[in-house]
Amino acid sequence: MANFYTDNEDIKFHLGHPLMKKIVDLKERNYTQAQQYESAPKDFEDALDNYDKVLEIVGEICGDVVAVNAESVDNEGPHVVDGHVNYAAGTQQNIDVINQAGLNGISLPREYNGLNFPIVPFIMAAELVARADAGLQNIWGLQDCAETINEFASAEQKAKYLPRVSAGETCAMDLTEPDAGSDLQAVQLKATYNEKDNTWYLNGVKRFITNGDGHISLVLARSEEGTNDGRGLSMFIYDRNSNAVTVRRIENKLGIKGSPTCELVFKNAPAELVGERKMGLIKYVMALMNAARLGIGAQSTGIAEAAYREGLKYAQERKQFGKAIIEFPAIYEMLSNMEAKLHGIRSVLYETARFVDVYKTYYHISKERALDKDERNEMKEYQKLADIYTPLQKLFASEYANEISYDALQIHGGSGFMKDYPIQRYVRDARITNIYEGTSQLQVVAAIRGVTTGQYLKHIREVYEKAQIAPEQEYLKNTLKEMADTLERVTAAVNAVGNPEYTDFHARRLVEIAGYTVIGHLLLQDAQRADRFLKSAEIFIKYGQAKVCAHASFIDNFNPDLLGMYKK
Amino acid sequence: MKGLKIVVLAKQVPDTRNVGKDAMKADGTVNRAALPAIFNPEDLNALEQALRIKDHNEGSTVHILTMGPGRAAEIIREAMFRGADGGYLLSDRAFAGSDTLATSYALSCALRNLSADLIICGRQAIDGDTAQVGPQVAEKLGLPQVTYAEEILACNEKQLTIRRRLERGIEVVTCPVPAVITVNGSAAPCRPRNARRVMKYKYAKATSEVQNADEDYISMINQRPYLKITEWSVNDITCEAKDLGLSGSPTKVKTIENVVFQAKEAKVLEASDEAIDAMMKELIINHTIG
Repeated sequence: MANFYTDNEDIKFHLGHPLMKKIVDLKERNYTQAQQYESAPKDFEDALDNYDKVLEIVGEICGDVVAVNAESVDNEGPHVVDGHVNYAAGTQQNIDVINQAGLNGISLPREYNGLNFPIVPFIMAAELVARADAGLQNIWGLQDCAETINEFASAEQKAKYLPRVSAGETCAMDLTEPDAGSDLQAVQLKATYNEKDNTWYLNGVKRFITNGDGHISLVLARSEEGTNDGRGLSMFIYDRNSNAVTVRRIENKLGIKGSPTCELVFKNAPAELVGERKMGLIKYVMALMNAARLGIGAQSTGIAEAAYREGLKYAQERKQFGKAIIEFPAIYEMLSNMEAKLHGIRSVLYETARFVDVYKTYYHISKERALDKDERNEMKEYQKLADIYTPLQKLFASEYANEISYDALQIHGGSGFMKDYPIQRYVRDARITNIYEGTSQLQVVAAIRGVTTGQYLKHIREVYEKAQIAPEQEYLKNTLKEMADTLERVTAAVNAVGNPEYTDFHARRLVEIAGYTVIGHLLLQDAQRADRFLKSAEIFIKYGQAKVCAHASFIDNFNPDLLGMYKK
Repeated sequence: MKGLKIVVLAKQVPDTRNVGKDAMKADGTVNRAALPAIFNPEDLNALEQALRIKDHNEGSTVHILTMGPGRAAEIIREAMFRGADGGYLLSDRAFAGSDTLATSYALSCALRNLSADLIICGRQAIDGDTAQVGPQVAEKLGLPQVTYAEEILACNEKQLTIRRRLERGIEVVTCPVPAVITVNGSAAPCRPRNARRVMKYKYAKATSEVQNADEDYISMINQRPYLKITEWSVNDITCEAKDLGLSGSPTKVKTIENVVFQAKEAKVLEASDEAIDAMMKELIINHTIG
């Protein structure tokens, strides 16, 4: 009788963000589908009510089914049988119930039987699923592959594959190979075109493929013989019904054990080209990756929520020296920092999702009619924001999921080290979030340009610093202004050295300074809409201010000539 | 194949499973305001069995029949969210105060309007735990009944095969159609609400719920007739007034006792057959068991 949506007001809080009105109006094309589709909303309130009701279903399933199965799924894991994946019994039950509830194709258009929801409620559902079972979120969340099909595939392909996703078929994105991990330009899986039957065939091996035996896979393969870089790669759809890919093994992982991580062997596997040749990596994988990174942000936030709750509960129940351990400063400080971080990553997660929503919706509208000048500019503006916020939120959400679950285990003391408590599972599950879909180090690479070109700073100065803040909280805004000043100053100092390697050396520090400032602002804004975030805003801004000082001090006192000292 | 016409009897009940300290009023009656109204749990098991038959028998329909106040339409909507095609709300002051006999009489009169192939209901409701209404409905309609059903194993338009959960085992029986089946709580849980159905049916309302509806709502419900939940009063069924409500209810409540369970001192037994035997005797004598 648990509901992970209704027991957590913070998710609904973000559903009520002022920008949602614009997003939903755009997404629903001013509610013109209400006559055509029975489930289409008639106005903004009706649409929000739909999201709310559907999230309530997600929350109930997560609380009553998925979370209950999580431990057995973690123990049992999936198995390979005759070259295909058999999920753990609990995973299969979870998927069956999710399919009965029709929680697939959430963001797909109604013409493909999708729910036509914006990204925001989709990401909320993802967060709920991850809180219940992080590994299930990998399988279920891969429905965002359909979003990539919807964006770039032909009308026939969309009509063929998207309704299947809406009906509950699962997806996979087959990118990584033994010698192509972070560096996807090195992908070697071979795609050959056979003119006789007008079909592409795939041959080779993929590794570390999440849900590799899914019904519909997007595969990155080398279509241009003789090439060696990203420009020789194209994107393909492989349909499991072709039965030409075998699962050679499933990895034995530290965490997210319910999610099958597969090694795949393609043997003359027929496949369909998506979009244009040679654009596989450059265009389509980038889109796929950005969506996936948002998904990992949701997964991280879900794990962090679960871990924080366990830490809090244990600290309230555990008595030592005659009182509950939560009464000791060392513990309550930890918990308050954890909560502030949790609120912070959730806030930046949904801020990013909103940016993605606005620009993607404009993109789809642009396929139906020409956008006017203002709309085009707005689309570009939000796309830029989405591009810089996606790696920033992924970096912070995944790192904080690790920190929060680490601290929550610490609060458990020796009990946390035992498998009797779920906290050890959250620690293990969190550990992958800052590695896959681009390590934290690569998120920094993706985000640093936003710092050096001043894009974060511009948004902070022109939007956040101009937002209305209650007079008694102005002092927090002033602290954030000082943090932005520091960002500006140290960025200029690093840029002035004019050495790209030196910029890379300080990149993480610079991106983090931007992140503390952005998240601080977002929490302060949240506090304007709901008092309960004031505490987190205050705590996070204090915490961020200290971190910014430390980073700035390191940069200020660093002699660029000494970079060589660090080289190995 | 024309499919089966299935009616699920369901009841909205106070949630007695999570009873807090406010559950009872000072006078010993149930404080309904403090307990959320829910779909009787075993009726959800019954709904799932009905929906499975519908899944496997093309053209079948599943409708809810419930007797209660206007707000009982909530469980009809809930059933529609989970896969039911619609429902009937039997609502009238004349039904107030019904015991199981008057309830089963009113339901059976309503069921005569529906000519169902299958009538499925939960074994019992959690507010009364009598398990009488299902069997009484079957008797009044002259239909065969299968109680304590755990799973309907096979079903066609002529015959059902049902596994029953009994105290000391299971039993598989066959039964002709039409029939009344009461479903045990050990049966499969009900499927969840479906996202698309929730969005489609969330505005479904019974007549008494739309009395103050605005024009927009009336025009919507006219365009989408599936949003109308049929509501029947005593005038819509063929029945004898004297057999309804209080006058049709021979059950008389003599007294209501407010029993509060509380932990007193624990009794520690030594691990011997004699000690266990003595405890069993004590428990039987004070009617804790048996």
